[in-house]
Amino acid sequence: MNTVDTMWVLVSAALVLFMTPGLALFYGGMVRSKNVLSVMMNNLVAMSLVTILWVLIAGSLAFGTDLGGGLIGGFSLAGFANIGNELPGFHGVMASPMSILVYQMMFAIITAALISGGTVDRIKFPAFVLLISVWLLLVYSPIAHWVFSPEGWLAKLGVLDFAGGTVVEITSGFSTLAVVLVLGKRSGWPKDQMAPHSVPLSLLGVGILWFGWFGFNAGSSLAMNSVAVHAFVNTQCAAAAGLLGWLIFEKVKESYPTTLGAASGAVAGMVAITPCAGFVTPMAALLIGLLGGLVCAMAVRIKFRFRYDDSLDVLGVHGVGGLVGMVLLGLLATKSVNAAGANGLFTGGGFHFFGVELLAALVVMVFSFSATWVIAKVIDLTIGLRVTPEEEFTGLDLSQHAESAYSMGGMGRISS
Amino acid sequence: MKLIVAVIKPFKVDDVKTTLKSMGIDGMTVSEAQGYGRQSGHSEVYRGAEYTIDFVPKVRIEIVVDDEQTDEVVSAIVSSAETGTIGDGKVWVIPVETVVRVRTGERGSDAL
Repeated sequence: MNTVDTMWVLVSAALVLFMTPGLALFYGGMVRSKNVLSVMMNNLVAMSLVTILWVLIAGSLAFGTDLGGGLIGGFSLAGFANIGNELPGFHGVMASPMSILVYQMMFAIITAALISGGTVDRIKFPAFVLLISVWLLLVYSPIAHWVFSPEGWLAKLGVLDFAGGTVVEITSGFSTLAVVLVLGKRSGWPKDQMAPHSVPLSLLGVGILWFGWFGFNAGSSLAMNSVAVHAFVNTQCAAAAGLLGWLIFEKVKESYPTTLGAASGAVAGMVAITPCAGFVTPMAALLIGLLGGLVCAMAVRIKFRFRYDDSLDVLGVHGVGGLVGMVLLGLLATKSVNAAGANGLFTGGGFHFFGVELLAALVVMVFSFSATWVIAKVIDLTIGLRVTPEEEFTGLDLSQHAESAYSMGGMGRISS
Repeated sequence: MKLIVAVIKPFKVDDVKTTLKSMGIDGMTVSEAQGYGRQSGHSEVYRGAEYTIDFVPKVRIEIVVDDEQTDEVVSAIVSSAETGTIGDGKVWVIPVETVVRVRTGERGSDAL
C-alpha cells in the first residue's frame, strides 16, 4: 500500500461526498419555495441509504470478484470484510483497496442524488427512498462493474471512462428520463410559473460542485501522479470553457447572458470532461468544455418540444453532457497524457477505440433507461410514485415532511 | 380630512418623502405592493424557459391630511413621483370620517 496514493484517494472521497450537499443547494434554489426541503431531503437521504447499501452489498456487486462474463461482481467484498490487499483486477494500483471502495461509494451517492433533479415537486418521499435503493442494486452497481471494475465486460473491451461519463453522467441522465416518463409532468407544466425561487442558492451549490469535482476527476487516477495533475487542470479548463459556451449560446439566442446559465454551463463543461479528464490535453479540455456548454444549453430546450418534464435538466445536462464527453474522448484521447490510455480517432488511434466508446455510451443509455423504467413502473403500480394533486399544490415540504423552508414571521408570530 | 393613497415606482419613494417632509407632513405609511396597469409585467428567462411576471413591484403610500391641504399634497406627490414613462402609478383621495391618536385619545385634526 502506498500512503500518499491512499491519502489522495481519501481526500478525494471527502471532496466527492461534499458534492451532494452542493447538488442539494443547486437543485434547492431552482425549485419553488414550497419544495426546497423536499429536494434537499432527497439528496440527504441518498447520502444515508447509498452508504448503508454500498457497505452491505452494492459495493461488492460493483467491485467484488466477477461472477462470470464481466456482468456483475459477487459477494466477495460484502460488508467491507475480507477485502484483502487489492480489489479484484486492480493490479498495480497502490492505494488501499478500502479507500477505493469508499471513494466509489461517494460516486454512487451523487449519482442517486442526481435523479432527484428530475422528480422534484411531485414524487412521494417513500417512493423515492425505495426507487434509489432498488436502482442502486439493479442499475448502478452492474454498470459500475462493467466500466469501472477491470473485470467488467466493457472495461475488458478497452472502454475508457476516466471518472464516470457513462457510470455517473449517462446513467443518471437516462435513469431520470425513465422515472419522469412514468411519474408524469408536474401539474401545470409547462404553462404555469415555476421559476427558480433562489438563484443565489443555486450559485452557491455550483461553487461547491466545482470544488468537489476536483476530487471526482483528479481522484480517479487513484494515485498521486501526473495523470491526477492533468485531470485536475482539465477539470478547471472544461468548467471555464463550459461556462463561456453556455453564455455564448444565450447571448446569441436570447440576448441576455444569465447567472443560472453560467452556473449550468460550468456544470455541463465538467460533465463533459468527466470521462476524458485523465486522457486528454488541457487544450483538448478547453474544446470539450466549450462544446459541453454549447450542446447542453441547446439540449435543455428539447424537453419543451417533446413535453417530458425533466424538471431540472438531469438528462439535458448530465445525460447529454456525458454523451458529448464519451464521443470526444473517442476522438481526442492521447497516450502522451496517460500511457495506460489510448489514442483517439483524431490523435492517431483507429476506429476500434472510437467504436468501443460509442458502444459503451449506447449500452449504458439503453440499459439504464430500460431497467430504471421497469423499477419505476413496479413502484408506481404498488406503493405509487406520485403525491396527490392536493399535496402537490400544497408543496412537498409541508405534505411530505411537515416543514417549511422559510419562516418569514407572518400572522402566526405577530404576538411574539 | 382626506386619505391620500399613492401607488408609485419604488425608486421614487425617497423623493416623495423628502418633498412631503419639507411641506411639514409629519407622517406616512408605506407598504410594498404589486400590481399592473397599462405598464403590464416583464419577462424572465431561466434555462430557456420564459416566465411572464404579471405583477410589477410598486410602493403604496398612505397619508391622512386636512381637507385644505389635500390638493397641495396630491400635487406634491404627483410632481415628485413623476418620471414621464409608463408605470408611474396613480394617486387617489378618499374622505375620512375621523382619526384617533392612540396614545392620547385626541380626535380629528388634532390627531394628525
